[in-house]
Amino acid sequence: MAELSDGLLVVTLLSYLAAMLLHAGEYAFGARGRIANAAAAVPARELVGAGAPVVTEAPHAYAAPAVTEPGDGASGGTRSLAAWLGPAAVGATILGAVAHVITVVTRGIAAERLPFGNMYEFVLSITALGSVIWLGTLFFQRQVRHLGLFVMLFEVLLVGVAGMVLYTPVGPLVPALDSYWFGIHIGAVITSSSLFMVAGAASIMYLVRTGYDNGKRGFLYAFGGRLANAEAVERLSFRLHAFAFPIWTFGVTAGAIWAEVAWGRYWGWDPKEVWAFISWVVYAGYLHARATPSIKRSTAAWIAVIGFLTMMMNLFGVNIFFTGLHSYGGV
Amino acid sequence: MSVAEAAVERPPADGEPPRRRTPRIVAAAWAAVRNGWRQLTSMRTALMLLFLLAVAAIPGSVLPQRSVKVEDVQRFYAANPRLAPVLDRLWGFEVYASPWFAAIYLLLFTSLIGCITPRLRDHAKALRTAPPDAPKRLERLPQSAVLDAAVDEAAARTALRGWRTVRREHADGTVTLAAEKGYLKEAGNLLFHSSLLVILIGVGLGSLWGWHAGRLIVAGPEQVFCNTVQQYDDFGLGPRVGAGDLPDFCLELTDFRAEYRADGMPISFAADVTATDSAHGDLGRHTFQVNHPLRLDGANVYLLGHGYAPVLRYTDAAGVTQEAVSPFPYTDATLTSQGVAAFPDANGSDKTKQMAFSGTYLPTKDGPPYLRSDHPAERNPALMLTAYRGDLGLDAGIPSSVYDLDQRQLDAGRLKKYGEPKLMRVGETWTLEDGSKVEFVGTRQWITVSIRHDPGEPIVLTGAVLLLVGLPLSLYGKRRRVWLRLRPDGSAEAGGLPRTEYPGFEDEFRSLVERWQR
Repeated sequence: MAELSDGLLVVTLLSYLAAMLLHAGEYAFGARGRIANAAAAVPARELVGAGAPVVTEAPHAYAAPAVTEPGDGASGGTRSLAAWLGPAAVGATILGAVAHVITVVTRGIAAERLPFGNMYEFVLSITALGSVIWLGTLFFQRQVRHLGLFVMLFEVLLVGVAGMVLYTPVGPLVPALDSYWFGIHIGAVITSSSLFMVAGAASIMYLVRTGYDNGKRGFLYAFGGRLANAEAVERLSFRLHAFAFPIWTFGVTAGAIWAEVAWGRYWGWDPKEVWAFISWVVYAGYLHARATPSIKRSTAAWIAVIGFLTMMMNLFGVNIFFTGLHSYGGV
Repeated sequence: MSVAEAAVERPPADGEPPRRRTPRIVAAAWAAVRNGWRQLTSMRTALMLLFLLAVAAIPGSVLPQRSVKVEDVQRFYAANPRLAPVLDRLWGFEVYASPWFAAIYLLLFTSLIGCITPRLRDHAKALRTAPPDAPKRLERLPQSAVLDAAVDEAAARTALRGWRTVRREHADGTVTLAAEKGYLKEAGNLLFHSSLLVILIGVGLGSLWGWHAGRLIVAGPEQVFCNTVQQYDDFGLGPRVGAGDLPDFCLELTDFRAEYRADGMPISFAADVTATDSAHGDLGRHTFQVNHPLRLDGANVYLLGHGYAPVLRYTDAAGVTQEAVSPFPYTDATLTSQGVAAFPDANGSDKTKQMAFSGTYLPTKDGPPYLRSDHPAERNPALMLTAYRGDLGLDAGIPSSVYDLDQRQLDAGRLKKYGEPKLMRVGETWTLEDGSKVEFVGTRQWITVSIRHDPGEPIVLTGAVLLLVGLPLSLYGKRRRVWLRLRPDGSAEAGGLPRTEYPGFEDEFRSLVERWQR
């Protein structure tokens, strides 16, 4: 089981890498904005028209480009390829997510407990759930597919770091973690973290898109032109954050109750607790900013990005730089 | 402010008796206060304060904190002798008790009270006020529809079940239904914010009336621990707690059981204690573990750590025998432990012939080098002892660690190494140069416990539960109004207004209209 888990991790990482590259390819060769698209599509339609059975349909084909979906590609040879890049990226994501979930499940079976016992398993669980949440989002909102590039970038980085740096062989829980609060507290933290991850990616994409709309063309902003409608992405980001925040609050509360049982105090400003508090405050700030009409949506999105950075700080920074009560099993 | 001043400065109209005017300075001050209050309770200020709070919390995770681990602060002092006092003056080692941290959260809570008090009033009023009558032109609302089929009023009301509905009949025979839903959103929001206050109160009470203490307890009847300030290794009492307020109970460690895997990873720890108190006498035998504290009346006892205390029996040259049970702190995960067994009364009253043994205890070690234990359980215990003779420096009145020899005495040459280090197994006796003997009798277990009481806990927990109830209501609730106007000629129109962001309102409105038309 442990070998299967380790082997599938490689499949997961390669699939996500492929998905990321396919998404990037879609950016490079896919839709080129409305104007370029309409201009380039005319000869393309001719080629298609040549194979059509009735020649008189050609004028309709000429009229068609104006309503062509932006995703339908540019010219001749690259067009058919480009049209497949996006769906292929989603396919690779699905493959990766399946391998990823099995990686986590087999790990849990091998260890005979929930796979949240050390930082390797923790990161792996967050990213697995993140992929599932991302695919679920995509199922309901096809138009945000471009967000996949950012989500897959996070996935590749986090799964890569988990596999290469954080890897820990299967082992039992230390007595300190042997409590039913283990599943409740860490389960809630993992769920909310993975939601925050996808939500954070959406916030970044929204900022790129609004930056592009405001005339910015620098690195990253150049992608903006090909992203989905800014408002839809922003609303998605808000809904994911609004979903994640109560779960995060519950996770922190459950942690406090467990801390009382294990250490005798519900809150002790352990570095992990400090950063959980900071994230909570920042995300509370995001929700307030988002609910205030006089505050720009892009300001709120920046707060969300800062919130995600504090989560990353808590995950990596605190475990590496500080020692506290929350250090278990490696790193 | 300008408005207030203008009002004050307006001269009284001719012929009127001069009004008693508020002195200008008072008015200005009042205006400034009002303005300041408005600023403080604005969302922008609240957000700034939230951010300040987040930023202000950071140093507490970077710098060692006294409340977390006082030893780390001492280490920081030693490593940064110039920087540390400056940081200390800025409350760098007590960030969460610092005046500047308190200033931020108190301002934030003031802002919060200022924000929710009027909203609480408004919401109470909204709950008592019926939804307003339909606006004249429903088609101007975000959602509106002209219904084609004749609408049965009773059926329409059935469709509005769950809505707060008011029926109004007008003089011309027109009937309007005004319905509102989603009051729980604001209620949840207010509950969420109020629960933060509850939590703050609970935390405050806990810090005033709570206390905590730490203690190392060695197994054995003569090592019984009683809950008094004198017996604590370290403690912190809230400002409202006196030493006499502590519950009196005594604990004796009767057994400690640890299970390990072959590779030394711990599986479980359990401590058996017998408890007694003056009111009830014997409280019986209790087992407590990590994650399963011992809950006594007025105090909880938490298992934090454990280790071994070697028992040494020393017989001096004059034949006087003494026994020392010395807890050795461990230095690694396999419980390699180091400590000191002191015999200050050895060799009569001659202070220059006091004896001490500094030792490294290895619970499992089959052969040399005797540096690190191979396993945390006692499979083949070994004790490396080094004898010291001289003045232990115990009478100097300077507090020193019981786990180390007094470095000042060693440096001054008043305490000297006596003979070569010796490896001992359980039951072995080592005869020293002067004919005195030391026997390694065995070991006892010790545990470290934290003893705590926090009367604020139930309040904080209540606050947290209320917060968790209010939060989803506030985030997912949707306040909206719909109206239905039924004219005497049989025509009907409807309108809808989402009062909060609600992308799905259109669908809800459409399905309502459909049901009305059926």
